[in-house]
Amino acid sequence: MAGAVSQPVITYKLRKRRHPVLEFIAAQPLGAISGVAILIMLFGGLFSELVAPYDPFDIDFGAMLAAPSAEHLMGTDAFGRDIFSRIIYGARTALTIGFFSSLLGCTTGAIVGVASAYFGGRADMIIQRFIDVILSFPIIVLALVVVAMLGRNQIAGVDVNLIFAIAIPVMPKVARVVRAAALTIRDMPYIDAARAAGFSHTRIIFRHMVPNVAAPFLIMFTAYVAQAILLEASLSFLGLGVTEPTPAWGLMLSGNASDFYREAPWMILFPGVAISVAVFAFNLFGDSLRDWLDPKFKV
Amino acid sequence: MPPTSSAPLLSVEDLHVHFVTSRGVVRAVEGVSYEVRPGEVLAIVGESGCGKSVSSLAVMRLLAKPAGRVVHGRIMFEGVNLLELSDEEMRERRGRDISMIFQEPMTSLNPVLSIGQQLMEPLFIHLKMTDVQARERAVDLLKMVGITDPERRLDQYPHQFSGGMRQRVMIAIGLACNPKLIIADEPTTALDVTIQAQILELMKELSRKLNIALIVITHNLGVVARYADRVNVMYAARVVEQGTADDVFHRPRHPYAMGLMRSVPRLDRPRGEKLETIEGLPPNLLDPPKGCRFAARCAFKADICEQDPPLDEVEAGHFSACLRAKEFVAGTLAPAPAKRIEAAARAGKDAAPLLSVRGLKKFFTVARKGGLLSTQTSEVRAVNDVSFDIAPGETLGLVGESGCGKTTIGRMVLRLDNPTAGEIRFKGEDIAHKSLNDLRAIRRKIQAIFQDPFSSLNPRMTIGQIIAEPLTVYKIVPDAKAAAERVAELLELVGLFPYMAERYPHEMSGGQRQRVGIARALAMEPEFIVCDEPVSALDVSIQGQIINLLENLQRTLNLTYLFIAHDLAVVRHISDRVVVMYLGRVMEMADGDTLYAEPLHPYTKALLDAAPVPDPTIEKSRAARALKGELPSPLNPPTGCVFHTRCPLADEECRRIVPEPREVRAGHHVACIKV
Repeated sequence: MAGAVSQPVITYKLRKRRHPVLEFIAAQPLGAISGVAILIMLFGGLFSELVAPYDPFDIDFGAMLAAPSAEHLMGTDAFGRDIFSRIIYGARTALTIGFFSSLLGCTTGAIVGVASAYFGGRADMIIQRFIDVILSFPIIVLALVVVAMLGRNQIAGVDVNLIFAIAIPVMPKVARVVRAAALTIRDMPYIDAARAAGFSHTRIIFRHMVPNVAAPFLIMFTAYVAQAILLEASLSFLGLGVTEPTPAWGLMLSGNASDFYREAPWMILFPGVAISVAVFAFNLFGDSLRDWLDPKFKV
Repeated sequence: MPPTSSAPLLSVEDLHVHFVTSRGVVRAVEGVSYEVRPGEVLAIVGESGCGKSVSSLAVMRLLAKPAGRVVHGRIMFEGVNLLELSDEEMRERRGRDISMIFQEPMTSLNPVLSIGQQLMEPLFIHLKMTDVQARERAVDLLKMVGITDPERRLDQYPHQFSGGMRQRVMIAIGLACNPKLIIADEPTTALDVTIQAQILELMKELSRKLNIALIVITHNLGVVARYADRVNVMYAARVVEQGTADDVFHRPRHPYAMGLMRSVPRLDRPRGEKLETIEGLPPNLLDPPKGCRFAARCAFKADICEQDPPLDEVEAGHFSACLRAKEFVAGTLAPAPAKRIEAAARAGKDAAPLLSVRGLKKFFTVARKGGLLSTQTSEVRAVNDVSFDIAPGETLGLVGESGCGKTTIGRMVLRLDNPTAGEIRFKGEDIAHKSLNDLRAIRRKIQAIFQDPFSSLNPRMTIGQIIAEPLTVYKIVPDAKAAAERVAELLELVGLFPYMAERYPHEMSGGQRQRVGIARALAMEPEFIVCDEPVSALDVSIQGQIINLLENLQRTLNLTYLFIAHDLAVVRHISDRVVVMYLGRVMEMADGDTLYAEPLHPYTKALLDAAPVPDPTIEKSRAARALKGELPSPLNPPTGCVFHTRCPLADEECRRIVPEPREVRAGHHVACIKV
């Protein structure tokens, strides 16, 4: 047993510490690819004027229902409008509505969820039953009702009521998940410490509880951007969302596209692909973000 | 004494375990060697992260893959190197020859399988028993570990068993296949002191009777002194001292072992000595220092300590990894005697109490059975008719086992829970029934230090923000600059450095976080602090540092403490007066020294008996007098005296009369009709 401590010589190939972005790419390649897809969409939406080859509103009766060609990459619709340009401008509509309605729905949901967990008892019971009621409606039906009730209200080219209509069904789902996370935080000694210090309810909720539910919030936010884009497309398809002639993906699928899909399948193919790619990208990104932020997945 | 001549059952030779993490290679175990013989109890002692659990998981080949791996060494069990066995062969030995008992009895049993199924499973697998044989054996096993009515209990599920009972079941499962070696990883840490005594007694007796070798991994030196034959002291991945329990406790030859022995408050030593502490923190195993790992914290550090110290035999059978161990043996080098602190004249025996609690009650209603429209509720009497006073500048200790209501009292004083009935007067003002708004002014004066330093700090705030928050909310300082200065002052006051204000809680160790928690409480400039188990989550050497800090702060800032803990020795060390609680009621209340020297209540006596003292001679000479029985459910407390079900003095009268605390001697209150 005696003798100096032996030192077996072993060399390890150790990964170097890299930039967190590189670490993310290495650990979540699918997430990184979807991140790139989101960036491309963001770029197209922000700089539509520079990227799009045509004006999306430009009607060209000389090129009605033109097949995809070098001139019109994705062909044209029944009015001769360039589909590629309309999809690029459509990204702007989709992202604006998707982002803001998800942000609104998730933020109010998070606050309601945290408050419900923090106050507990009767307040929690009432809030939860109210959420149960909202959740009992299918999301699309609820959005339909809201749109029908509120009508249209355009501000800066964006239908604000549409954002509300999508945010309202999102809110209770987020509130429920955040409440569960907040319930475990409420029992943490640091919340007791804040209460023992006599801090106000608002301070405890916003300063001590909300930051600690940031991880589930962020994950749900990205996932609901996808949901919101899909919902916006569905509402537009049903004629309750964005209206002609605004370029929007869902809208491009409806209207006279259904009359011409045999002759001009590109009219529905490309907007459909755009919707799928966007939803897929946001969902994948949300998933990888969840895995990445979860310490259990890290060695 | 075990027969040292017999061949070792298990011998671990020069074991090295590495963990590959994203931050680098953690050398968790380095060159560890030890032997265990049949019937012997070996204790592995050390603080968290020293490699004691990892080295025994390696023996079971249960290291977390792929991060953990044994990179060098041999583990010889009955002449076979376990590391060379195939997974299949190893699985056959696990459970049959070697079994393991884990720390957490609440989570180590599967909640959806009955006790019987879990107990019989290894019998079917390893011993190929039939149903009838296995059931018979299972009944025998439950009897052996002291579970009454085993036939019926076999079909019950884990939630129907208390913590102590579950640990007995775990031991029964461990014993099921007549193993030759049992590895117990902190087997009693999660249990109350009276239950701990029962379990340890049981394990020791079984190992003697069945000639099983037992490896106990623990940080509790009292447990080691009571039960171990041989002791391995580990520090920073290495064994630093190895020898018989007598050698290690009475003649420690490594400064770390000496420090450990001196840094725990002890029931067998006079009060009033300042705790010796081992300053500093253990090294980071990602990048350990060259030479002796303990040198940075060692009082006897010399130039020679730059070299790697080998584990050498300094006396017969006694090994130490200190290059100056020979000097300790020769007696030319010895630690300085403990400093006594002047017992400051405790002000305020006659002064008006700062906090006065009268007839305090807290009943929780719990739903028992929910019908469709009606819910039957029952009441848990967490705190029932508790009264005490705390004088300014005094420390009142509150001890008791889990579920006795001590924490609930602390929470009511802080008004985190609202009392069901009773008064809490702070400076004469009743705070039990004030509205939360009226309470704000008083809250500054009453602060809290919590048990778990890992969850008592908001992980999203920096240390500076955490401490500055009360300063700005209560406008104690005029602006942000003054707040930053005050934060720096407070950090220095609790023994941290001002630059740490930029850090987040997860960047600090447990002891450092507890200091931050203390600084946060002090930021409000309180007069009274509720300390709820402030040291129980900390390692032994860090515990001493925090206790000394609390004592210093009390003297310099004239603070008053309500000190809630389950560790009798810690409470005795810090408290002027002590309240002993059991099932929501006060059993005994007295001056600290009197209570420990002459306990009157049978429960206090049992508690003191059950608490192991870190001295093997005392421990081995005293008879095992483990308190019988389990803690009754607070949902259905016994009638009359709540302690009568476990009390050695109880008779018919005790079942009927609820004893009121009465003053037996000046300042000594006892709630027992037999005293």
